[in-house]
Amino acid sequence: MAYNCVVLVKQVPDTKRITGQAMNDDGTVNRSALPAIFNPEDLNALELALAIKDKFGGYVTVITMGLPVASSVLREAFFRGADQTILITDRRCAASDTLATSYILSCAVKKLDYDIVLCGRQAIDGDTAQVGPQLAEKLGMPQITYVEELVGLEDKTITARRNIGNGWQLVRAKLPVLLTVTGDANEPRVAAAKKIMKYKNARTPIEIEQEIRSQKAENSEAEIKKLVEKKCSELDEKSLLIKQWDLDFLGADLRWCGRSGSPTKVHRIQSVILTAKESKNVEPSDAAISDMVHELIEDKTIA
Amino acid sequence: MIDVNKEGEVWVFAEQHNGRLEEVPIELMSRGRHLADTLGVKLAAAVLGNGVRELAARLIQYGADKVYLVEHPLLRTYQTNSYAKVIFDLIHKYHPQIVLYGATITGRDLAPRIASAAKAGLTADCTDLQIGDHKGQDGQEHKNLLFQIRPAFGGNIIATIINYDRWPQMATVREGVMPMPAPNVARKGEIIAEKAQLSQEDLALEILDEHKRPKKVDLKAARVIVAGGAGVGSKENFRLIWDLANCLGAAPAATRAAVDLGFIDKDHQVGQTGTTVRPSLYIAVGVSGAIQHQAGMSGSQKIVAINNDSEAPIFQIAHYKIIGDLNVVVPRMIKAIKTVSRES
Repeated sequence: MAYNCVVLVKQVPDTKRITGQAMNDDGTVNRSALPAIFNPEDLNALELALAIKDKFGGYVTVITMGLPVASSVLREAFFRGADQTILITDRRCAASDTLATSYILSCAVKKLDYDIVLCGRQAIDGDTAQVGPQLAEKLGMPQITYVEELVGLEDKTITARRNIGNGWQLVRAKLPVLLTVTGDANEPRVAAAKKIMKYKNARTPIEIEQEIRSQKAENSEAEIKKLVEKKCSELDEKSLLIKQWDLDFLGADLRWCGRSGSPTKVHRIQSVILTAKESKNVEPSDAAISDMVHELIEDKTIA
Repeated sequence: MIDVNKEGEVWVFAEQHNGRLEEVPIELMSRGRHLADTLGVKLAAAVLGNGVRELAARLIQYGADKVYLVEHPLLRTYQTNSYAKVIFDLIHKYHPQIVLYGATITGRDLAPRIASAAKAGLTADCTDLQIGDHKGQDGQEHKNLLFQIRPAFGGNIIATIINYDRWPQMATVREGVMPMPAPNVARKGEIIAEKAQLSQEDLALEILDEHKRPKKVDLKAARVIVAGGAGVGSKENFRLIWDLANCLGAAPAATRAAVDLGFIDKDHQVGQTGTTVRPSLYIAVGVSGAIQHQAGMSGSQKIVAINNDSEAPIFQIAHYKIIGDLNVVVPRMIKAIKTVSRES
């Protein structure tokens, strides 16, 4: 039996390598100003979907909600084996918290056929681990979080091993389910050379338009529009068109999107500056170290 | 969501497994007590399970004015859908203004499911909770909101999050950041037994097997911790950390880098993705002090840092800074400690 998997992925700033400030005045993140990567645990989620496809057959759709530049993670998904990719992009998605994001993603997933929905456990910018469970609730399906291993898949039944802290739990559920996948679950495959050759030319309609405008700046609006449509068709025929959906296409209720759909708001942001109140330098000599030990014993820090 | 209810109670989800309360809901009781007192409302705990009535009495000792106790055979073992349904119903019946959960695997599995169903706001992994006022973008004043304070962006910033209209205000809170309260056996409170409407359909998962092993070390309970970082160099050299820890009666710990390099088991990891600790003394050996590590130990009362890199960020928060080779300094420390022990 083949399975249709839908994987939600996110392009994130590389928070392990922050340089300089990247905040807007209102406390939200200025994403376009930072080097961006494929959220690490989403790669694990994609790997699990591809492993299911390898073993059982089926279709893997990868979706991301983001700025137009997020299309690069979708190409990365193609390089690894995704069959279809979709970019949800719309200015009105900006400032969405996890509730609004999960609502928008649920509108997109509902347009597809799916047996299994997969997400990374959490993103390295928000670190909330909330979108997965909230999306599962909106899709009305059971969730299996902290998945470390897919143990079995038979007909409409899935068996998975979850991490529960210092231990594991083996659970079974009926499809459809949503899985959140941890970094320990697998070793994501690298981009395949042949797929890179094919899919490096995959584009979203926005990217096509940008390219045509820069090449044919002197053409009229009508001509540009025709050229864009033609190019989109060409790519679509070769399965190289990254789908691009906005909130109108999703039929999303705007009250539940963006800032107005986000119950949590930023009151303020502070940089992390931790300084000890009193500090002293201690020479690495026997005498100085011994003095320090005596001090710590005297003030009862050491028993 | 529920209507904003300024008389609403402060709730703590009292997570329990196999009839034992987790530590983090108890830690939350002290902060919850402070929030409830600031707001002038009652503090309540919500306990779900089967045969767990004695836990309700303990929660009162830890500061709860009320305990909502929901017992049902189908609640014996935690599952997302059944627990989410029961708590969702309780929220809609009693309109608390704040609901707090431990940011445990269970809490992070459960709270977002409830938040989504209730269309309420939820902030994850808070390291502090305060009450404060907020002025909205439209100029409107919102008083006495829950300030949900948490690190973000990989720990590089601290964000204060608020939710002024999609109540209850909900937050998951990191384990080990709030102090454990002392129980007061004389405290009185009310236990409200609630019935749950549950059937087998509410259990979406079948739990086939479970295996929990005891933690190799109790870092949270340790008064003194000796932590090694990547600078220690090898698993063999980590012996220095064990030796120093042993002569101090301290718990050995490590940074994520040292754990990833295989120097010591993950149970010993301190930091944003490990355990948060607040010992009297934290000795950081060969630890650079990355933000993610500081997040797990900056609450230590005294910090001694040993590193041969004078620029290491750990020195920004250390009380005693030893710039030197740990392979020289640690043996000297051990010698000094053993000398003092002999003298006394």
